[in-house]
Amino acid sequence: MTRVYATMLIVGGVLATFPLLGLPLFYESFLYLVFHWIVLATSWNILSGYSGYFSFGHGAFFGAGMYTTAALASRFDVPFLWTLPAAAIVAILMGAALGAVVFRVKAVRGELFALVTLAFTFVVGTIVLNTPIDGGPGVYLSAVPVPKLGPSPASTFYLMGLAMVVATLAIAYGIYRSRLGVGLFAIHDDEDVAEVLGVPTFQCKMAAFAVSCGLAGIAGGVHALFVSYVTAGDTFTITVPLTVVLMSVLGGTRQWAGPAVGATIITALLYAFTASDLAVAGKAVFGAVLIVVILFMPQGVLGSLMARRRRKVAPATPAVVADAAMAPKIVARRSMDAGSILVARGIRKSFRGVRALDGVDIDVRSGEILGLLGPNGSGKSTFINLVSGHYRADAGTLALGGEDIAHWSAHRIARAGVARTYQIPRPFEHLTVIDNVALPAMFGAAHLDRRAALREAARWLEFTDLADKASFLPEDLNLHQRKFLELARALASRPQLLLLDEVLSGLTPSEIDGAIRLIRRIRDDGATIVFVEHVMRAVLALADRIVVLDQGRVIAEGAADDVMRRSDVETAFLGKARA
Amino acid sequence: MGLPSLSLLAQSALSGVFIGALYGLLGLGLSLSWGLLRQINLAHFALAFLAAYVCYQLSTVRGIDPLLTLALIVPAFFVLGVALQWVFARFDISAFNSLLVTFGLTVIVEALIQGIWTADFRRLESVYGSAKFRVGFLYIPAPELLTLVLSVVLSLAIWLALRYTDVGKALRAAAEDGPIAVAFGVNRQALAMLLSGVCAALAGVAGVCIALSYTLAPAQIYTWIGVVFAAVMMGGLGRPLGPLVAGIVIGVSESVTMALTSPSWAPLVSFSLLIIVLLVRPGKLQ
Repeated sequence: MTRVYATMLIVGGVLATFPLLGLPLFYESFLYLVFHWIVLATSWNILSGYSGYFSFGHGAFFGAGMYTTAALASRFDVPFLWTLPAAAIVAILMGAALGAVVFRVKAVRGELFALVTLAFTFVVGTIVLNTPIDGGPGVYLSAVPVPKLGPSPASTFYLMGLAMVVATLAIAYGIYRSRLGVGLFAIHDDEDVAEVLGVPTFQCKMAAFAVSCGLAGIAGGVHALFVSYVTAGDTFTITVPLTVVLMSVLGGTRQWAGPAVGATIITALLYAFTASDLAVAGKAVFGAVLIVVILFMPQGVLGSLMARRRRKVAPATPAVVADAAMAPKIVARRSMDAGSILVARGIRKSFRGVRALDGVDIDVRSGEILGLLGPNGSGKSTFINLVSGHYRADAGTLALGGEDIAHWSAHRIARAGVARTYQIPRPFEHLTVIDNVALPAMFGAAHLDRRAALREAARWLEFTDLADKASFLPEDLNLHQRKFLELARALASRPQLLLLDEVLSGLTPSEIDGAIRLIRRIRDDGATIVFVEHVMRAVLALADRIVVLDQGRVIAEGAADDVMRRSDVETAFLGKARA
Repeated sequence: MGLPSLSLLAQSALSGVFIGALYGLLGLGLSLSWGLLRQINLAHFALAFLAAYVCYQLSTVRGIDPLLTLALIVPAFFVLGVALQWVFARFDISAFNSLLVTFGLTVIVEALIQGIWTADFRRLESVYGSAKFRVGFLYIPAPELLTLVLSVVLSLAIWLALRYTDVGKALRAAAEDGPIAVAFGVNRQALAMLLSGVCAALAGVAGVCIALSYTLAPAQIYTWIGVVFAAVMMGGLGRPLGPLVAGIVIGVSESVTMALTSPSWAPLVSFSLLIIVLLVRPGKLQ
């Protein structure tokens, strides 16, 4: 990791000597433009590429930076370099204000997020145009002195651009490798699951958005001086976001350096063609190049190269080798008293008038395996969804280890030691198997750092017999393996309370036997387990106690053998025998 | 600034309806291919302007009636759309990559137009161009009225086709769950080609409307992208009546704002409206 930073600094240092060579000024101006687009595309990618929230509002934040610098430098005579932090702050505040609203509305994802941010750009642009910030004629910066960082103004812009690129790439790489980056990639694949596994999704998106906007703001500030004449009509358009999207997708949005590659290619191509005598033909060639690259490299230039390399090394064993001697241990903080770990009282939940849970009381005792039974639609999965924080209860209290968690967000509940599996496995499709398991170890109750989380994940893959699949993508696994991946992912957070939603459905009898042994071992290691299951053999073999739900109410609870013999339970499952 | 007269306001609202109808017509093909084929087809705008230029050429140089050019443009663009879909299917292109590929295509078409007709402004002079009716105190320009009629008729026709014909039902099923639809015997490939052809043909019709009402320049391909995208998403992806209704809402709010304040404030109203709709009722849109 430090090697990458060192390389960046060294390459940056070498490039910084470029103006001393005394080449024609044109080169420096051209390279400044390359740097400018690298910064814009990379900053866009930090939110949009990593988390999948494609923003079409980058022009607004870039423009905010431009106008902040333009206004401060031309009207208030603030020295140019001092306007840059202000440009960043204004852009960040605007982004934070937008994010604070938009990221709270669950449905605004994908195209809708792209649209909101695009509309935001036009709104900001209109306000700038019609208020004294611009007023219509545009703002001139020709009287603003260019700071003397290099031998000429052109080399000053070159050096400022270079500094921005090094800083931006370092930040993009840092986030890529960090906890935040892992969280963003998880949000990209499945935001709801990420939240349930402990990723504070709202905070992650806000942080990424703020960084993205801040960098765009600085780039805007510098560019305002470079073009020396700022107009709202040229700034707050769809051109800036469209260009950075093209650059990032061309380079590869899942790579930290992808947008830089794409920005370099597109800026160079555009320049080569517009500067030549055959500008019109050049434009057509540019379009054709774009089409050909995307048709044959759909993951972007860098993405496709990386994928080719990964395929070559894939058969090798994973980098992190599990320490087989160390059996995995669940549960860091098991409550000592033998009382109840989870107490639910009077839980109600309706979906558009359908009562899924209608005043349910359930106690889960520490260290037990509780089977949750009931016919389809009886409210079992809804209960799991409520405890894991995916839904909020309409009424009732839900206490975990004495604390009321009914109104906690899902990631906070995960941090407190609750983990779950999904009936239909929902792995993060673009993360490798081991990264899928490492994520809850980083964000769940255990809260390990990345390195420790990978070690922990390797152990759980060993435990669930998936060790040789560590570097595969989930799509390469069969159903049985995907179910066990779900389990490994839940276990890696070291939960106190493990919620299993039909982990056995769809498995063969021998696979079920294996799974039963696995679940026993998990309990012996100290976790409390609630499991929803239709495979009766497994219920009878595992459950210390069962609770039977029917139409949103608890109709029976007690030892498995006793409860299953009761006539009302039989009726709920099989219907009434006709007299 | 005093309040404008009622007749001015009504005239503004009317011109908003007309421009909104064009947004809707342009958005119709865009919305169908986005909603039902998961393709964000930027080239739709380029195709529309290509059709506008072809219409201009045929009518100015060959002296063909601009409306008769539709007989040539619609089938030709249909074939173009089918060919485009063949390429998309061949390479199995994702939604955001389709944005890129069609942007590349847009640039090529722009270069083509610029190469043939230069970057100068072109204006189609026809008998329809200056025709106007007067209804009460309102003036109704003929080309704009034609756009409105075409937009309404085509949107309704496609709505009916999607709702009541077997092909339409199969298309909607394939969009909802492709593999399942295929399992039930839906020929997805053929349907996608048909739909892509229809979308391109719609771009052709929109192009003729543009040629009749507006001055043409290659760079204008990009003029309406923002606002038409807004209409498409506001109207709901893949819903044929959506772009028309949303387009008219946007068009009228823009025009009325222009009349009440200054033209430069117009985007504020339409896009604020859009943001509010998105944030308050996001479920309504899809």
